[in-house]
Amino acid sequence: MNGLMTGKRGLIMGLANDKSLAWGIAKQLREQGAELAFTYQGEALAKRVIPLAAQLDSDFTFECDVSDMAMLDAAFETLKSRWETIDFVVHAIGFSDKNELRGKYVDTSLENFLMTMNISAYSLVAVAQRAAKMMPPMTEDGKGGGSILTLTYYGAEKVIPHYNVMGVAKAALETSVKYLANDLGPANIRVNAISAGPIKTLAASGIGDFRYILKWNELNAPLRRNVTIDDVGGAGVYFLSNLSSGVTGEVHHVDAGYHVVGMKQEDAPDIALD
Amino acid sequence: MSDTADRVSKIVVEHLGVEADKVTQEASFIDDLGADSLDIVELVMAFEEEFGVEIPDDAAEKITTVGDATKYIEEHKG
Repeated sequence: MNGLMTGKRGLIMGLANDKSLAWGIAKQLREQGAELAFTYQGEALAKRVIPLAAQLDSDFTFECDVSDMAMLDAAFETLKSRWETIDFVVHAIGFSDKNELRGKYVDTSLENFLMTMNISAYSLVAVAQRAAKMMPPMTEDGKGGGSILTLTYYGAEKVIPHYNVMGVAKAALETSVKYLANDLGPANIRVNAISAGPIKTLAASGIGDFRYILKWNELNAPLRRNVTIDDVGGAGVYFLSNLSSGVTGEVHHVDAGYHVVGMKQEDAPDIALD
Repeated sequence: MSDTADRVSKIVVEHLGVEADKVTQEASFIDDLGADSLDIVELVMAFEEEFGVEIPDDAAEKITTVGDATKYIEEHKG
C-alpha cells in the first residue's frame, strides 16, 4: 500500500466510539497507510476502543488517564516498548462536569474549572512533552520531527450557549497550540488544531441544547450543512501527513464555513428551542 | 408488538449485541442486558436519531427498561 501516511506511526488518544471525531481521523489515516496505536481511559472505553482498533488492523491499545502524570509516563513507556519512534499524535480529549455545560458560565465552580482546564487543555502540553521525545530527530535533509493534532471548537472564540467552561478551556488549548508550535518548531515538530463544527458525538451529548446548535449551524453555515467525521478525517490526514509540512500553530476550521458568518442567513428560518 | 417497540428492540439488539429474545419490554438495560452507563448514552443517541425525538438528560435518567424507552418515544415522537 502506498499512501500519504505509509511508513508513519502514531498514537490516537480519545477515541470513544464510531461517532468520535478521532474515529473519522483514524480511519482515513489507516486508509493512507498509517500504523496506529490507541489509548483508552477505563474499562467502559476499553471495550469500545479495542474492537475499533482491530478494524484498523491494530492490536496496540493501552490505558491512559491524561490527568495522571505517572500513568501518562507509563503509557508512553508502553508505546516505546514496541515502537522506538512515532511520527504523530492525535489528541482528542476533553472533559467537564456536564452539570456545568448547561446554565451559565458565571456559575462555574473552581473545582470543575481546574479539572476541565487540566483534562482539556493541559493534557495537550503533557502529551506533547512526552511525544516530542519519541519523534525522530531532524536530519540535515529536513526529515524527522513529527505532527501533533488536537481538536477544538468555535466556542473558544465566541460565546456559544452552554459551552461555558469548555469554551474557556478550548481557548487555553488553542493558545497552547501556538506556544507549543513555537517551542517544538526547531525540532520540526508541528502542532495544529482542527476546529470542527458541531457533530453529534458522545462528548457532545453532555452539552445542553446541542440539537439546537446543530440545527442553527446547518441552516446558517455557508455550505448549508453540518460537517461529518469524514470531513474532519480528511483535514486530519492533511495535518498529519507531509501535505502540511509548512504549517504549524494553526487553528483550522472544518465547520462548513460557519466561523466567517456574522449574522443569520436570509434564507434560514427563525428557529427556537422546542 | 407496536412498530415503535419493534424498532426500539432492534436498536437494543444491535447495539448491545444481545439475543433478541432477551430484549423484552420489561428488560432492564443494566441489570438484564449488561449495559454500562456509556451504552445508555449511546442508546439514547440512537433512539433520538431513529425516531427524531429529543430525549433530555432528566428524561434519559428515568429510562431504565426497554419499555420505558418505548413509552417515552411513543409519547414524544412527532
